[in-house]
Amino acid sequence: MSDNATGSAAAESGLTESAPVGVATFDEMDRGPIRRAQEFLHRFPTSIPFIVLLIGIVIFSFAAPGKFLSAFNFSLILQQVTIIAILGVAQTLVILTAGIDLSVGVIMILASVVMGRTAVVYGVPVEIAFPLGLLVGFACGMVNGLIVTKLRLPPFIVTLGTWSIFGALNVWYSKSETIRQADMQETAPFLQWTGTILRPYNFFAEMGLDWTFLKGWVLNYGSIVMLLVAAVIWYVLNKTAFGRHVYAAGDDPDAARLAGINTDRTLIAVYALAGFICAIAAWVLIGRIGGVSPQAGQTANLDSITAVVIGGTSLFGGRGSIIGTLVGALIVGVFRNGLALSGLELLWQDFAVGVLIIVAVTIDQWIRKISS
Amino acid sequence: MKKLLLAGGILALSAAPVLADEVIGLITKTETNPFFVKMREGAQAKAKELGVTLITAAGKYDGDNDGQVAAIENLIAAGAKGFAIVPSDSKAIVPTIQKARDAGLKVIVLDTPLDPMNAADATFATDNRKAGQLIGQWAKGTLGDKAKDAKIVFLDLATNQPTVDFLRDQGFMQGFGIDVKDPNKYGDEDDPRICTHEISQGDQEKGRTAMENALQKCPDVNVVYTINEPAAAGAWEALKAVGKDDGSVLLVSIDGGCPGVKNVQAGTLGATSQQYPLKMAAMALEAIHAGKIPEIDPKAGFLDTGAQLITAKPVDGVPSITVEEGLKLCWG
Repeated sequence: MSDNATGSAAAESGLTESAPVGVATFDEMDRGPIRRAQEFLHRFPTSIPFIVLLIGIVIFSFAAPGKFLSAFNFSLILQQVTIIAILGVAQTLVILTAGIDLSVGVIMILASVVMGRTAVVYGVPVEIAFPLGLLVGFACGMVNGLIVTKLRLPPFIVTLGTWSIFGALNVWYSKSETIRQADMQETAPFLQWTGTILRPYNFFAEMGLDWTFLKGWVLNYGSIVMLLVAAVIWYVLNKTAFGRHVYAAGDDPDAARLAGINTDRTLIAVYALAGFICAIAAWVLIGRIGGVSPQAGQTANLDSITAVVIGGTSLFGGRGSIIGTLVGALIVGVFRNGLALSGLELLWQDFAVGVLIIVAVTIDQWIRKISS
Repeated sequence: MKKLLLAGGILALSAAPVLADEVIGLITKTETNPFFVKMREGAQAKAKELGVTLITAAGKYDGDNDGQVAAIENLIAAGAKGFAIVPSDSKAIVPTIQKARDAGLKVIVLDTPLDPMNAADATFATDNRKAGQLIGQWAKGTLGDKAKDAKIVFLDLATNQPTVDFLRDQGFMQGFGIDVKDPNKYGDEDDPRICTHEISQGDQEKGRTAMENALQKCPDVNVVYTINEPAAAGAWEALKAVGKDDGSVLLVSIDGGCPGVKNVQAGTLGATSQQYPLKMAAMALEAIHAGKIPEIDPKAGFLDTGAQLITAKPVDGVPSITVEEGLKLCWG
């Protein structure tokens, strides 16, 4: 805080910035607990969402006694956030480049409609229909990336436009018709595979391990797909040159360009990859609802941004993590599930999620101060 | 500059005869909901048959009043003879509809009555309360003696309880024999058989989530009321995931879309009440074209386009049609 005060005082007195600010920073070597917390959070930004998640779990354990705190319910929350978490991973990639993708939800719906319709309505073998859906997702992302880089338009505007365009294509191609669970099961059960339920307890019990705490835990392949997608993207971001380019392009595109990074190519790759991940989310969506509904997931774009922001990724690019996004999605899931089980109306769930978003961004800004 | 304006004026004049064709409008809540998509198809077919120009418009999302206001203004400007509308906001749209009627347009409201209903020339709609009553009676009859200690979950539409939401919900309760207290509002009942009300937003994914949360509160549920068939399909997935797809839970819904009727055939949905969007639209276009509103029962205040119960397991005393008949009449 005093950092700022000194800064503005220096500006008012017309002194050159370097000398007094330097002294002020020096003064603060002797720092209080708040300052130390700020530094700790600056160094480990992912710790905030973890703390919020824990607080949420503790609150709802008391608010919804006997219902919230159970292995079954936790596995349910995991299932409920799967789609948002996968879209959140795609969104994280884009937001790390200081962009935003408003079209993730409709890319997902479009891809799910293509997968389901080609397989069930047109009788195309699922071996073709499924990759076709993935390709559609990839192509949609590619379109976003190309417009952003070649026309030099703000990502917000571009994806606002393609949100509308892909949405219209979805209505046109799907004719707003749903595909039933039973028809899907008959023609293309593979597309429902992500909804297959696993009971880890039974598995361990067969091996002779009586892990009662796992009793009631129901997992599905969708959750495993989510973890795999997150793990792969985490690896890409943290262990590859491409990952470093993504962070660099988001933090300071000019510096990145000077350092020899082809920022345009990086951006196109990011959007295309994001579109591809949305198509994987489509597969998980089909598993969750059993069939295809062109109306499902209408607000998924906003939910994904919510997960990313609550997970501590900066909307200004260059800072954030996949793990943060996963935890961010879990926070939203825990709050929605916990509030619902406590008997609160949907509008108060929305209220709570809104508060979380603003708190998350406030903390982000506060931590940022330390680096400026 | 003057010449340019003059040219523009002539262009506008010469464009006028194109619009002299009889124009009739159809405004729905959204472009995407299959119910409205089919309504539009019904209207298009009818317009072709009558040889009139159909202009369709819709709100961007359910509840988009501004979009519908703009659509009405455009129709007045286009010199339409009249239009049919499914209002997104049954109160807020009333002054704009008045403006259109003052300009000489015939206005027929479809599906969701205005508040007050007589603000339009006529209302053609499903009797949503009756549609709810039919599935309520069916559920009660199917359970027999067990109905008196049923455990019921309601998957409703939205927290603000739009007309269609409370009409269907309260209709179900009346059919099932629950004391509804205020018949125009749900949530004020004290019948112990009601386990919980959850919001599905009429969406398959959110319907599943709502049912999952409901199951935590009511593990021994045996009746599930759903606002529409997508919500029912989502609920079914949630029931299946916990092994309650063994016939221990009666799932009922309202709409009568083809996927829903096929689910009745497959036995996943016990019964559904079917409504008729194509018929609504076609009748409205005919009435506007003829400039004559068919006679309407003054007690109901609206023209009932009908609702029929579809089930594979009929119950004595509850009129129903077979799945085969339902499939012939279904939409979407």
